[in-house]
Amino acid sequence: MTTIANLKDLVTQNVRSSGIAFAFIVIVGMFAFMTDGRLLSPGNLSNLVLQYSYILILAIGMLIVIVGGHIDLSVGSVVALTGAIAAVVVVREGFPWWVGVLAAVATGLLIGMWQGFWVAYVGIPAFIVTLAGMLLFRGLTLLVLDNMSLSPFPGEYGQIGRGFLNGLLGGYGYDTLTLVIFGIAVAGYAVASYRNRRAKLSYNQDVEAIWLFAAKVVLVAAVVMWFAWQLATSRGLPIVLIVLAALIIAYTMITKHSIFGRHVYAIGGNLAAAQLSGVRVKRVNFLIFLNMGFLASIAGIVFSSRSNAAQPGAGEMFELDAIAACFIGGAAVTGGIGTIPGAMIGGLIMAVMSNGMSLLGVDQSVQQVVKGLVLLLAVGFDIWNKKRSGARAS
Amino acid sequence: MSEPTESPADGDGPILEMRGITKTFPGVKALSDVNLSVDRGEIHAICGENGAGKSTLMKVLSGVHPHGTYEGEIVLDGAPASFRTINDSEARGVVIIHQELALVPYLSIAENIFLGNERRRAGEFIDWHRTNAAAAELLARVGLTESPTAPVSTLGVGKQQLVEIAKALSKEVRLLILDEPTAALNDQDSEHLLDILRRLREEGVTCIIISHKLGEIASIADRTTIIRDGQTIETLDMAEPESTQDRIIRGMVGRSLDNRFPERTSVIGEEVLRIEDWTVHHPTQPGRVMVDKANLTVRAGEVVGIAGLMGAGRTELAMSVFGHSYGRDISGRVLVHGREVSVKNVSRAIDAGIAYVSEDRKQLGLNLIEDVRRNTSAAGLPKLSRAGWVNEHEELRVAEEYRESMGTRTPNVLVPVGKLSGGNQQKVALSKWIYTDPEVLILDEPTRGIDVGAKYEIYTLINKMVADGKAVLVISSELPELLGTCDRIYALAAGRITGEVDVASATQEGLMSLMTQEADA
Ligand SMILES: Nc1ncnc2c1ncn2[C@@H]1O[C@H](COP(=O)(O)OP(=O)(O)OP(=O)(O)O)[C@@H](O)[C@H]1O
Ligand SMILES: [Mg+2]
Repeated sequence: MTTIANLKDLVTQNVRSSGIAFAFIVIVGMFAFMTDGRLLSPGNLSNLVLQYSYILILAIGMLIVIVGGHIDLSVGSVVALTGAIAAVVVVREGFPWWVGVLAAVATGLLIGMWQGFWVAYVGIPAFIVTLAGMLLFRGLTLLVLDNMSLSPFPGEYGQIGRGFLNGLLGGYGYDTLTLVIFGIAVAGYAVASYRNRRAKLSYNQDVEAIWLFAAKVVLVAAVVMWFAWQLATSRGLPIVLIVLAALIIAYTMITKHSIFGRHVYAIGGNLAAAQLSGVRVKRVNFLIFLNMGFLASIAGIVFSSRSNAAQPGAGEMFELDAIAACFIGGAAVTGGIGTIPGAMIGGLIMAVMSNGMSLLGVDQSVQQVVKGLVLLLAVGFDIWNKKRSGARAS
Repeated sequence: MSEPTESPADGDGPILEMRGITKTFPGVKALSDVNLSVDRGEIHAICGENGAGKSTLMKVLSGVHPHGTYEGEIVLDGAPASFRTINDSEARGVVIIHQELALVPYLSIAENIFLGNERRRAGEFIDWHRTNAAAAELLARVGLTESPTAPVSTLGVGKQQLVEIAKALSKEVRLLILDEPTAALNDQDSEHLLDILRRLREEGVTCIIISHKLGEIASIADRTTIIRDGQTIETLDMAEPESTQDRIIRGMVGRSLDNRFPERTSVIGEEVLRIEDWTVHHPTQPGRVMVDKANLTVRAGEVVGIAGLMGAGRTELAMSVFGHSYGRDISGRVLVHGREVSVKNVSRAIDAGIAYVSEDRKQLGLNLIEDVRRNTSAAGLPKLSRAGWVNEHEELRVAEEYRESMGTRTPNVLVPVGKLSGGNQQKVALSKWIYTDPEVLILDEPTRGIDVGAKYEIYTLINKMVADGKAVLVISSELPELLGTCDRIYALAAGRITGEVDVASATQEGLMSLMTQEADA
């Protein structure tokens, strides 16, 4: 079955996602060079993670929304409102930090149900529902906060967005715990890849040669451990990174391997056909928005914790960054196409560019211009790529 | 020769010559060294199996696949043609009407006809008087009496196809290409369309027509070119007595097909599906009854047909039974194996053992941007998963298995279904439903747009299903197909079952009179 033609076909199919990964590496290399390596310095890397984690969290939910054929313009306002609720509970009312977290998550879920109801059961396009939501939840934020920012959060709450795991296993100029956790993660990755390869073999599928497989695993492990080392020699393992990694792994699994995930792709690809295949479209759409509300609340918690305050203007334009991340990462505007890893790379491209340009002292206004152009070019490249690989026009 | 008005268009010799056309897509050689020569003023048919490359050849000719993406040369009116866009080819009088209709439903007939080719006034403004007057004239030429200002969505498919032709005429077409124009039409509409083509031939328009309906080709074509596996096999002169349908089939499939329908001895068992007093109302026009107290049964090992004219309510009946996918205020009972089942949504219907393969595979049957593998598993995910997680390896194995057993032609199962030819798409749609292991399989126009060879394979699949003790319900507009595959046939007219006949005693005429009963009354 391994003909040259098959191989070539696989390559053309994978060019979309790997093309973006390639672009990411080029961008990182370029900025690393221009900043004399400051971009990749331990301190900066852990900063980067802290600074963009909430966009990446939003992008996870947004990717699912977009693949389902919708859009969500309200996430920025939801970030603000959930953060504000947490602040009211913790700062104003003096409850412990975890009550604030629960209250924020509950708010996010309620918002998700609200928007899911209108989209799924009433049938209003998500663009309209979430445009209304954007105004609605921003207004509610202002009401809840009385138009003023609320701060500061007590210690533990602040740890979520700013804290590090450090020194628990002793430090010797580097943090052992960080290395151990990453070590376990890499080992887990290697084992999972190996088992996947074995399963493929037992189903008589094509696999890459064993040396190629080993080389791939070693390369990934090396890059990850290098990253771990950078963190370990800086401030340790950011707590946000643990949250983010858990979410990425969980949602990659859900989108790829769960029935729910499959149904999202089916709905986005052809709604009528999905319905006639037994997909309960309304329920799936409802869950998509419920999930978005949940993730937006997590982002709200992380963001308010990191800024140590709930501000009336928090999260403005976050929706656009999250949407851009998905599209740069190869999601289709019409739905049905897109991956979580793609969206994460898309988000990281934006993150590295903003961070790199800030390090270079580039003006905020110029940064906006560049980001806008990158979005345009990325999607343009994508379309060109698709045409080249000969997709049918109709 | 000295006449200044003489243009190559008035010369004789072929109007079109395509020489050595080769076109490759990633992983597929769709055309290899194809030659086609079309004479001035003839109707030239192109025949070939699904995926043979007919549509691709016409897309090369009309500039959909631009010059440079294929090898070979095109000579039009004696002058080389290298079209880079459809506009280029239209400027030389070549107009293509694609396999899928391309009208904008909410625009009026006149607007559709002149879309992209507007009748203007003062530069950028549309001259509505001229537009509508010219449209009315064109409509008359194709035998339509509709008002040019009526929205296209109010027309049936047959008339929409005629609007497409009117649109082509508006571009001063000299070479008209029709890709399966009658696939979605009933006999009457098809006949009307063919008449229009004959009239156009008298007016000097050359036509290339692609069709899987061989009877149609025999009646209209002057010559027929046969394509197989991306290569020209031969061109037949249809005036010759030996250019029979069997001859064409032999060219298409490379061997002779003695029977259009595979043999089957029916072993009929117990009743599997019973529908009682099934009544369905129109989804948006309350009070309009689409299916009226229908009663029918299908037994194990039996193929039952539903015959009816366009609009008789065949699809409406099937889709409403399949999870209330059509209509409202539905009443009546559905029993599977003697037990009443709920079919109030699609997943219930699937659980009850009902499967429905839609007549419209592109809109309702398949997710075209998704690959063969995922389309095959789309309705059977519960079978492939535990606790909500899909076993992807098993899924791939299943997809491979079905690709092989159905004989689906695709480089591999990771190719998006949208890139397969029509017949192969249909096989994927069938795989998807057969994999759900249904008790009753409802097939709505299962062979629409499908070549004779693939039809035979699909009939064979039907036979395999019933041999396994399943029940099959077939909806078809082609009476010979029903007579050739079914054990029993119900006739449907205006939403009512007007008769039930055993195939042994059924004739086309008899069925026809049952199908038109309401209209006569
Ligand atoms: N854009 C494309 N990308 C990849 N493959 C394509 C594309 N268009 C056509 N093909 C392939 O080229 C071959 C010929 O397809 P084509 O649509 O011309 O067949 P056809 O003869 O018109 O069949 P049908 O009778 O089913 O319409 C098929 O194998 C098809 O999968
Ligand atoms: Mg075709």
